[in-house]
Amino acid sequence: MTRRIIVAGASLGGLRAAEQLRAAGWEEEIVVVGDEAHPPYNRPPLSKELLAAPGGFDEALASVLLRQRRSATGIQWRLGAAVVRADLAARTLTLAGGGQLAWDGLVAATGLRPARVQAPGPLPGRHVVRTLDDALGLHRELKPGLRAVVVGAGFIGCEVAATATSLGCRVTLIEGSGGPMERPLGARLSAGVRRFLQERGIHCLPGQRVSAFTGTGRCTGVRLADGTEVAADVVIEAVGSHPNTEWLDGNGLDLADGVLCDEWLRAVGAGQALPHVVAVGDLARYPDRRTGTGPRRVEHWATPADTAKIAAPALVAGVNGTPVPEPAAPLPSFWTDLFKIRIQGVGSPALAEQTEVFEGDPARPEDGVALGYYRAGRLIGAVTAALPADRQLHYRRLVTEAGLPADSRLAAV
Amino acid sequence: MKTIDVDRSLCDNHGQCAIAAPAVFRMNSDGVLEYEETFDDALLDEVEEAVDVCPVQAIFLKD
Repeated sequence: MTRRIIVAGASLGGLRAAEQLRAAGWEEEIVVVGDEAHPPYNRPPLSKELLAAPGGFDEALASVLLRQRRSATGIQWRLGAAVVRADLAARTLTLAGGGQLAWDGLVAATGLRPARVQAPGPLPGRHVVRTLDDALGLHRELKPGLRAVVVGAGFIGCEVAATATSLGCRVTLIEGSGGPMERPLGARLSAGVRRFLQERGIHCLPGQRVSAFTGTGRCTGVRLADGTEVAADVVIEAVGSHPNTEWLDGNGLDLADGVLCDEWLRAVGAGQALPHVVAVGDLARYPDRRTGTGPRRVEHWATPADTAKIAAPALVAGVNGTPVPEPAAPLPSFWTDLFKIRIQGVGSPALAEQTEVFEGDPARPEDGVALGYYRAGRLIGAVTAALPADRQLHYRRLVTEAGLPADSRLAAV
Repeated sequence: MKTIDVDRSLCDNHGQCAIAAPAVFRMNSDGVLEYEETFDDALLDEVEEAVDVCPVQAIFLKD
């Protein structure tokens, strides 16, 4: 009888997982199940190019659809079917509507959903940006001259603020506890980015939090913790995300923040890695061999591909009962485009204890700057802004050459 | 031998392909992509990887 691996989640992570299962030699059934009706598509443009100028729906979808590797054949796609429950002991999966599927191996790739601002007030007029439909809905509201309030100054908040400004909106950015992208960039570069955003017309409010949304029926603005009110025609919430793991509840997994995994991305239950269940993408919380820190989730675009390459061969080995191959230690990377400048990062700058300016002035990122990020005296990350890609590759090499910490061979979690 | 086509209207010079398949893709000192239009089948894995990691999906493979 043919065996079956189910990939739960049909976005970038689900696609890469299915491709890597074939690359790892799995020739039997692969079924990819996802709640969105659209085939896998690319999300980074949703806060940038596509949000600025999506065109019609078909054009927008076509511009972001992901191409599947030609070598990945015979993959069954069940789109528009949300996964509601998995029974890891019985090896079944229940879909919305009650259908049930049996499996021999399971990939959890259900990703994240946007967190919402925890404050009272009306919901209409408030947006998040995660899906194509979210981005198209928000685009329709970003009319020139309107007042937009963006809550949260991470990648998505900053990108949406820049895009809305370029569309002619008057934008207020409510930063929250950290400055613009302060965790991945560090305080110095973050301050430079704030100045850059302010000079392009964005009204930044550092250290401010939303205590309530104003208006009756429809949101007309925000009230800040200090009592100030900021009027808004449209509000965008970009305050982080939650892993979609509820469907795995009740199976003894550690789901405190995503799916706890070992370094092969195998889900860990009762202190032991399960050979038949792996996680892929930004819901996987796995040991970081490069920084030597504990398991954590990595919310970057490259993570689905990086984790799929480790998880797929491990799952095939687990289902076949063969030895698992040595896992790679992926080097995270990320980028953002704000107005005309690109910021690129590699490694884990967020875990740094010290930073060093390699070139340029962090106060003026638009003129070209590079920073190194150190932990325990070792270079663990680098960020460039407004520098050509070959400079970024140079600094990436420095991080690679810094190697892994001496104790990087972690025992099972 | 296989052939590579990079859609220059999409390419945004991110440089990820040059990390995945340095034998085929490189970024020049202006930060602009240069690449070999044909490559040996032995490099297929890394070129497929380069196709995957392109954030704007600008790289196309042909037989």
